[in-house]
Amino acid sequence: MGGYILRRALLVIPVVVGAVTLLFAAFLVTGDPVETIAGGQRAVSATTRAQIIHKYGLDEPSYVRYGRYIGRLVRGDLGDSYKQGRSVNDILRQDAPASLRLAIWAIILEILIGIAAGVIAAVRRYSFLDALTTVSTTMVVAIPVFVLGYLFQYVFGILPNKQNLGSWARFPVQGIGPNHWFLFIPLGNQWKFLLFPALTLASVSTAVVARMTRSTMLEVMKADYMRTAAAKGLTKNAIILKHGLKNAMIPVVTLIGLDLATLIGSAVITETVFNWPGMGSEIARAAVSLDAPVVLGLTTLLVVAYVVINLLVDLSYAFFDPRIRYGGAEAR
Amino acid sequence: MTEPEPLLSVRDLRTHFHTDAGVVKAVDGVSFDVMPGEVFGIVGESGSGKSITAMSILGLVPMPPGRIESGEILWKGTDLLSATDADLRRIRGKEISMIFQDPMTSLNPVYTIGQQIAEIVRVHNDVSKQEARDRAIEMLELVGIPRPEQRANDYPHQFSGGMRQRAMIAMAIACDPDLLIADEPTTALDVTIQAQILEVLQHASEETNSSIILITHDLGVVAGMADRVAVMYAGQIVETGAIDEIFYEPRMPYTWGLLESIPRLDQRRGGRRLQPISGSPPSMLRPPSGCRFHPRCPYSDGDRCVSDEPSLIELRFDRQARCHYALQPGWYSPGERLAVAEVEWDVLIVAATDRSAAPDVDLPDDLAAREQVPETLADALTASQKPGRRRSRKS
Repeated sequence: MGGYILRRALLVIPVVVGAVTLLFAAFLVTGDPVETIAGGQRAVSATTRAQIIHKYGLDEPSYVRYGRYIGRLVRGDLGDSYKQGRSVNDILRQDAPASLRLAIWAIILEILIGIAAGVIAAVRRYSFLDALTTVSTTMVVAIPVFVLGYLFQYVFGILPNKQNLGSWARFPVQGIGPNHWFLFIPLGNQWKFLLFPALTLASVSTAVVARMTRSTMLEVMKADYMRTAAAKGLTKNAIILKHGLKNAMIPVVTLIGLDLATLIGSAVITETVFNWPGMGSEIARAAVSLDAPVVLGLTTLLVVAYVVINLLVDLSYAFFDPRIRYGGAEAR
Repeated sequence: MTEPEPLLSVRDLRTHFHTDAGVVKAVDGVSFDVMPGEVFGIVGESGSGKSITAMSILGLVPMPPGRIESGEILWKGTDLLSATDADLRRIRGKEISMIFQDPMTSLNPVYTIGQQIAEIVRVHNDVSKQEARDRAIEMLELVGIPRPEQRANDYPHQFSGGMRQRAMIAMAIACDPDLLIADEPTTALDVTIQAQILEVLQHASEETNSSIILITHDLGVVAGMADRVAVMYAGQIVETGAIDEIFYEPRMPYTWGLLESIPRLDQRRGGRRLQPISGSPPSMLRPPSGCRFHPRCPYSDGDRCVSDEPSLIELRFDRQARCHYALQPGWYSPGERLAVAEVEWDVLIVAATDRSAAPDVDLPDDLAAREQVPETLADALTASQKPGRRRSRKS
């Protein structure tokens, strides 16, 4: 088991190096960093240009710059922003908490709503609730994330204002508000700012998890051990939740891990739409303004997070399925 | 004759499945009783409805598409078909428990054997986790699992097939049930393990003093264990009787077929091949007309067998066969016959006493001269003034 974790952890290195290399290469051929650094002016004076090239080491051959970048990366230095006059590490320190909090809530919603909807749809197959799940999940997957975001903003932010509804109906739909948290738990009014960005971010993943849970639950409910559980005199809920769900969770957990990529993609859009001061909106801004170090640094971090979480997902299989825990060799 | 009250009494059970293709009459009018302490065998091919009958008893038939159309399942006098879910749950696992065919898939792969046995104990008894676990270990020991304290922590995939079935039996008897339903308990196992498992089952039922319904397609399994047997074909019972009656004087050609297809060591004529029953079981969407066995029956008369559905003919107390010719003397399998059928004597006595009670039965001329003629028959023959010699059965 320990060896397995180590092997999986070592896999993080080639994945991260590959991602960084690709991004670095992309920015080498995209635009002129001098113009970006100088503030987007077409005509940069020769002195300014020389200063910038010297300061950022842009006159070196690309492989030297690449090597230097990797070297700093290993020491945890993500470099300096071209545009913001501060280090990417500073930007990260500022943006990461907001993103992390939003992502955690999106994942919580994804797991709770997705699995609950999937189980209910499977247990009450062909019922109204099942049809509702099928229709709503298809819709959510089909509608682009930003459309859903704007829809929430209009229905819960703008419309109540127009209709002069009381404050109970009005939700702030821009920004992070008071930014008042205990770890990731929103305090006071904070949840009102969190709710719709989190729902928007969770939407697609929730729909996919619900569909997956429904189909694996339908499969599991046909299993012989479910009949055994019924023959033991268990209640319907105990049969479904204790004996069914744990078996159905293995593919769903895999999906949640893999789906993290979708979540990160959605985060860029969601944070931009809701003006949420996180890494997603930062990456979007930096990409538009060709601020290579910011895009590179933040993306690298996301890649690491993605790989690490998938490692954790892999390890969680052992909790759900003892056959994985003990491996083939030990089976008697 | 004072009979004890039956533990379980199934009356005219009809379990049908409503599928897109039509109504599948999986169980179509089945009745039987199970007495306290007895082993009752239900024998039949795949698809004869024996498993569905068992699942109907515990209400485990998936509904829909399944539906119990009619009948009664009286458990200690109360009808399980009209019982509430809560009542049924109290009975499942506690009073009636079930052992399934495939112990690999019937045990939950994600819980330990000990947890799965302890669970049934905790559901039905107000005991602590530790007490339930102790009980689980005790049960594992009873079914012959070595080092039960350690093995209780194993998952099903760490057990061999035979041990899994032992664990299933341990689970089934953990709450001291009154009735064990064993649905093909040995089918998925190696032949060498089968006998062990049957022994464990027998031992378990003796320990808990429970009756057993033993469901199998293998008459050999039933032979060593059952007290009484019902043979099922196409959703109906086609023959019932005590185990010896079924083996030594079967009156239904389907039972003959089953008997001919058992491999035997004491075969008198050397090298005789096993006789399979030709054809395959009928589709229960459209069961054959008349006798449901007639398309496969080598003795079908092509007339009454095709047009009239035979009823279950009462041959004597607790002895029935579903065949138009069940009462006909000499109605034996063409294979070897082991003894003179007592049933036949009974039938002849009835016929000799009162012709109108059995108009179809021919009284052979040589009957009275027969050596073993029971006194009652001799008396009846004298009374009816119809002496004769019993016809030789072997032709």
